[in-house]
Amino acid sequence: MKVRAQIGMVLNLDKCIGCHTCSVTCKNVWTSRDGVEYAWFNNVETKPGIGYPKDWENQKRWNGGWERGPGGGIRPKQGAKWRILANIFANPNLPEIDDYYEPFTFDYDHLKSAPEMEAFPVAQPRSLISGERMEKIEWGPNWEEILGGEFAKRSKDYNFEGIQKEMYGEYEQTFMMYLPRLCEHCLNPACVSACPSGAIYKREEDGVVLIDQEKCRGWRMCVSGCPYKKVYYNWQSGKSEKCTFCYPRLESGLPTVCSETCVGRIRYIGVMLYDADKIADAASVPDEKQLYDAQLDVFLDPNDPKVIAAARAEGVPEDWIESARKSPIWKMAMEWKIAFPLHPEYRTLPMVWYVPPLSPIQNAAEAGMIAAQDGMPDVKSLRIPVQYLANLLTAGDEAPVVSALERMLAMRAYMRSKTVDGVVNLGVAKRVGMTPQQIDEMYQLMAIANYEDRFVIPTTHREVVEDAYDLRGGCGFTDGNGCSSGVSPGKLFGSRKFVTPKEGWQ
Amino acid sequence: MHYFIFGIYPYIALSVLVIGSIARYERDPFTWKTSSSQLLRRRQLVVGSVLFHIGVLTIFIGHLFGLLTPLWLIEALGISHEAKQILAIVVGGAGAAAALIGGFMLLHRRLFDARIRATSSTMDIIILSLLMFQLCLGTLSIFVSLQHINGSEMVKFMEWAQAIFTLDPRAASYTVGVSWIFDLHIFTGLTIFTLFPFTRLVHLLSGLFVPFRYLFLRPGYQIVRTRKRAAKQAAE
Repeated sequence: MKVRAQIGMVLNLDKCIGCHTCSVTCKNVWTSRDGVEYAWFNNVETKPGIGYPKDWENQKRWNGGWERGPGGGIRPKQGAKWRILANIFANPNLPEIDDYYEPFTFDYDHLKSAPEMEAFPVAQPRSLISGERMEKIEWGPNWEEILGGEFAKRSKDYNFEGIQKEMYGEYEQTFMMYLPRLCEHCLNPACVSACPSGAIYKREEDGVVLIDQEKCRGWRMCVSGCPYKKVYYNWQSGKSEKCTFCYPRLESGLPTVCSETCVGRIRYIGVMLYDADKIADAASVPDEKQLYDAQLDVFLDPNDPKVIAAARAEGVPEDWIESARKSPIWKMAMEWKIAFPLHPEYRTLPMVWYVPPLSPIQNAAEAGMIAAQDGMPDVKSLRIPVQYLANLLTAGDEAPVVSALERMLAMRAYMRSKTVDGVVNLGVAKRVGMTPQQIDEMYQLMAIANYEDRFVIPTTHREVVEDAYDLRGGCGFTDGNGCSSGVSPGKLFGSRKFVTPKEGWQ
Repeated sequence: MHYFIFGIYPYIALSVLVIGSIARYERDPFTWKTSSSQLLRRRQLVVGSVLFHIGVLTIFIGHLFGLLTPLWLIEALGISHEAKQILAIVVGGAGAAAALIGGFMLLHRRLFDARIRATSSTMDIIILSLLMFQLCLGTLSIFVSLQHINGSEMVKFMEWAQAIFTLDPRAASYTVGVSWIFDLHIFTGLTIFTLFPFTRLVHLLSGLFVPFRYLFLRPGYQIVRTRKRAAKQAAE
């Protein structure tokens, strides 16, 4: 047993209102710079839809993630090491920027500088790459917002696999949900494995996956390796960039910017202890539907004295073990089993998990007819097909998703009878295999969602890893070239240096 | 002028190449990169880049071994200069054809694709043009070599190149009287060496080491960095 700690996240999709505050605050902090205008470390997609970049979930097309070889081991789907090296001159699996969208601005100046004309002046779009006028904007970061566009196009959504999707194009049958996405900080990251330079790494202490900007050479294999397409190539600096899990904030015990600013309070951050020795086996189980269970097996119970002893022996700090015991992630993923990994079939063992959304009952007439036992409708009558959610979250296995949705419905029924009727409805709790105490706790965490319950983040122990003496006069977040902010008039080696977000839009 | 090109310039070029590359790697690793533009435009790149790289690497390795294999070793192996000359013309010619076709696709893309043009640095355009010029000169030199199929001209350049690396002061004297195409070819080549550390060409050095490290020095696929170990080592 090799105990490691990992900061994980859960997003409660049941409460996501699709306001994009997470995306915008993330962009303001991290990607408001030349070269990554098109990159959204966090984005919110409306499902069903093909998403951003286009069709990202279709690994038959993009070859991201891992595949299980004939020998039972796993290798990157884009190919083993030699295959990746063979593609180094031109990567056949790399999306083009138009698959994300061509970044643009508008000629705002024309609005005030235009001469007197018959027609009202308009601000026309202009490409941020070539600087040229764009006739028409064909695609954007959120083109399918709230079911924008024809169903025929949106229905290319990979999660419709195994579903008679035609009926969902009808107005009466349509459904939608929001899916905020960010880097999954996987236990078995495919981007790390694809990097020939060894520039991408996972941090042992908190599991954050980062790209060393000084070691990255721009071979761009990570972009195609990541099945979630959450590594972005900065075309200006020639380096790949990705979500950092706001590690400078995490290290000080603060939640990520996307979590901090989430108005729906849907995000949870906490510590998970896991057994690093089990990762290889868990990622290579033969049946894709078993991958979710296999990943659950990797996690270690922070209340188990054996685990605590092993964690101490591995040097996991005491407050991290304590945080793991209070972890909202542990409760939702392991105790209540209402949170699931996004596309476990990619075999990356992702660490950003999702609580599936409830949805209205198919139609009002049916609602009356359904024998709602203990005030709970049948999960199959919900508007979002269970199979669709299962394709998204459990590689197509419906049972765990049904159980989660039933538990969430049970929580509502239980709390309704408790607060409205003043009756403790033991029957509904029992039906979903939970105790009233558990439901109360679930209600507290998911419905009330206090800040300190959502974010249980221990600080990094810098006193263990760094000598404060060496940090005197340090300059924090720079490109490593001394305390230079990166702007010097003479450019001996050609390209621009690291541009901080603050300098980005000048 | 002949003495400058063949006697002095090689040392300037190699010094700038070595010292400049080390300085850039040490002082400014953030700028050390391939500068791939595949993300911005895939068209013309996939075929162009593969042809160009395979061609150029073939030629590069051919020059390296062709010029720097010691003459006594060639004789000890019993390879005649004529056979070597023919081999150089055939393999080099094939490499040049691939590199020229690929290179012109890339140059066309760089100059006439709005996105690529707008995001190219001046140095990107200069170095690619220079490489294409050099490839054309090298191809032209094949016709000169065909008149010396016994390999006599080639031996002159081998003597010269090996004299440079053995610090033989007579280096320049070995190549007196060669065709002006060779003069220009060597001059352009050394200029490319000189510019090397200041261009995107530095990714060649990474490209030479990366496969070795990735395939053989890295166990498995995953990389985990810990800050603890660094601290422990520092304490020891």
